[in-house]
Amino acid sequence: MDLKLKVWRQSGPDEAGGFVAYDAKEISPDMSFLEMLDVVNERILEEGGDPIAFDHDCREGICGSCGMMIDGVPHGPKSMTTVCQLHMRSFRDGDQLTLEPWRASSFPVLKDLYVDRTPFDRIIAAGGYISVRTGSADEANAEPIRKKDADAAFDAAACIGCGACVAACPNASAMLFTSAKVAHLAHLPQGQTERYTRVLDMVETHDTEGFGNCTNHGACQNACPKGISVDYIAQLNRDLFRATVTTAADPVGS
Amino acid sequence: MRRVVNLYRSSVGKKILMALSGLILFGFIVGHMTGNLKVLQGCEPAVAGDHAAGLSVASQTCAIDTYAEFLREVGYPAVPHGAALWGFRVLLLGAIGVHASAAFQLWSRARAARTQGYGTSKDISFTYASRTMRWGGVILLLYVFYHIAHFTTGQAHSDFIAGGVYHNYVVGFQSPLILLVYLVANAALCLHLFHGLWSATQTLGANHPKYNHLRRPVATLLSLVIFVGFMTPPVLVFAGVIS
Repeated sequence: MDLKLKVWRQSGPDEAGGFVAYDAKEISPDMSFLEMLDVVNERILEEGGDPIAFDHDCREGICGSCGMMIDGVPHGPKSMTTVCQLHMRSFRDGDQLTLEPWRASSFPVLKDLYVDRTPFDRIIAAGGYISVRTGSADEANAEPIRKKDADAAFDAAACIGCGACVAACPNASAMLFTSAKVAHLAHLPQGQTERYTRVLDMVETHDTEGFGNCTNHGACQNACPKGISVDYIAQLNRDLFRATVTTAADPVGS
Repeated sequence: MRRVVNLYRSSVGKKILMALSGLILFGFIVGHMTGNLKVLQGCEPAVAGDHAAGLSVASQTCAIDTYAEFLREVGYPAVPHGAALWGFRVLLLGAIGVHASAAFQLWSRARAARTQGYGTSKDISFTYASRTMRWGGVILLLYVFYHIAHFTTGQAHSDFIAGGVYHNYVVGFQSPLILLVYLVANAALCLHLFHGLWSATQTLGANHPKYNHLRRPVATLLSLVIFVGFMTPPVLVFAGVIS
C-alpha cells in the first residue's frame, strides 16, 4: 500500500519546525506503524537526508516510549493500542496521514516526533515509592489483599507513562497519569504509609511542572493505550481533599 | 492551614471551588425554575383590598406575583423587608465570582500548558458539552445581564411594571425574538449543566463503582428537567395558551 505522510520536522528543541511531506510507497499491511517509519527513514538515508526521529524501545506496547499524534489522535485510530502495536492494516491504501509530536509546554520537542517526558519522572520521584522493611522478604500470603483492590491497583499500574493523556487533553493536563500512579499504590496495603503525603506531593509536582488542569473532558481515557479510567482522577481528588482537611498526611507523632 | 492554601493554589483546589460554587448556582436554578412554574397557575380576580392587586394588572392577583412578594418578605419580621432576598443575591454574586474567576485561572493555566497547538486535531472528549464549557459560561454570563435588565430592573423590557411579574412575563414572551433568545440561553444552560453536574461528582470524588453508571443519566435527566421546566411556560405564552 502507498501512503502520503505529512511529518513534523524540527531539528532541535529551540529550532523552528514545520511539516514536510513524504511518500511511503509499497508498505506491507502487516508492518507496524514504526516499521513503516523505519522503511521511510531507510529511503531518506539512501537519499542522504536526515531520518525522522521518533522515540521507541520495546515495540511490544509496554515501555511507553513510542507515541505520536496520527491525524490528531494520540497513538492513532485504534483504541487501546500503542503506535508500535498499530499495524498498517488499520489504514487504507492512499491515506494521507499527519504525524506530530505530543504538544505540551512541559514536553518540549527534542527532535521531530520525539519529546522530553522527564516531567513524568519527576512526578514519580515525588511520591512513587513505598516504605518497606528491608531484609528478608515477607511471606507472600501473610498479607491478603482483596481481589477488588488488587484488580484496581493492577488496572492503575497498567499505565506505561507514554504521555498520550497529556497529548489528548485540551488542557494538556497530566492528571490521568498522576492519578494512575497515586491510585496504584493507594489501593495496596504497602502504599498506605505515604498515601496522603504522596497525593499532596505528586499533585504539587504535577502543577509546578506546568501541566494544565483537568476539566473532566475524558479525552485522556479515550486516548490511553492501556485503558486507564478517569475514575482514578476522582479518587485522586478525594484523597487530595482528605489529605488537606484531615491529619491523614501528618507525620506520625506530630 | 498551609495545606488549605496549597489546595487553593493547586489545580484540584480550583476545581473543587468550581464544583462547590456551581452546585450553589444549580440550587438557585432549581428554585428559580420551580418558581417560574407558578406562571402556569395563572391569576384570580382580586379580593377587595388585596395589597398585590395594585401592583399587578389592576383587577387580578396572580400566583407568581404573590410568590415574588413572598420572596421579598422571607424572614420578616426577624429581618427587614427584602433583607433575606438581598443576602441570597450576595451569596449568588459571590458564587458567580468564585465560579468565573476559577474558570479564568484554569483557562489561563491550560493556555500556558500548551503554547503550540496541533496542526491536525480530533476531539476525542466524552462529550461536546465539555468542550463548550468556557464559551458557554461566557454566553450564560452575558445572558444573566440581559435577563436581569429584562425581568428584574426592566430597562430591556418594552412594558415593564415593577412587581407585576405575571404581566411582565406574558408580555415579554409574546415576541418571537425574545423567545428565541431564551431558547438559546436555556439550551446553553442545559449543555453547561449536563457536563457540569457530572463533572462536579468527578471533582468532588463522588465516585463509587456501584453508582458510577448512574452519574451520567442523572446529570442528563436533571439538565433536561431544567430545560423543559424553564421553557414550558414561555412556549405556552407564545402559543397563546397563557395570556
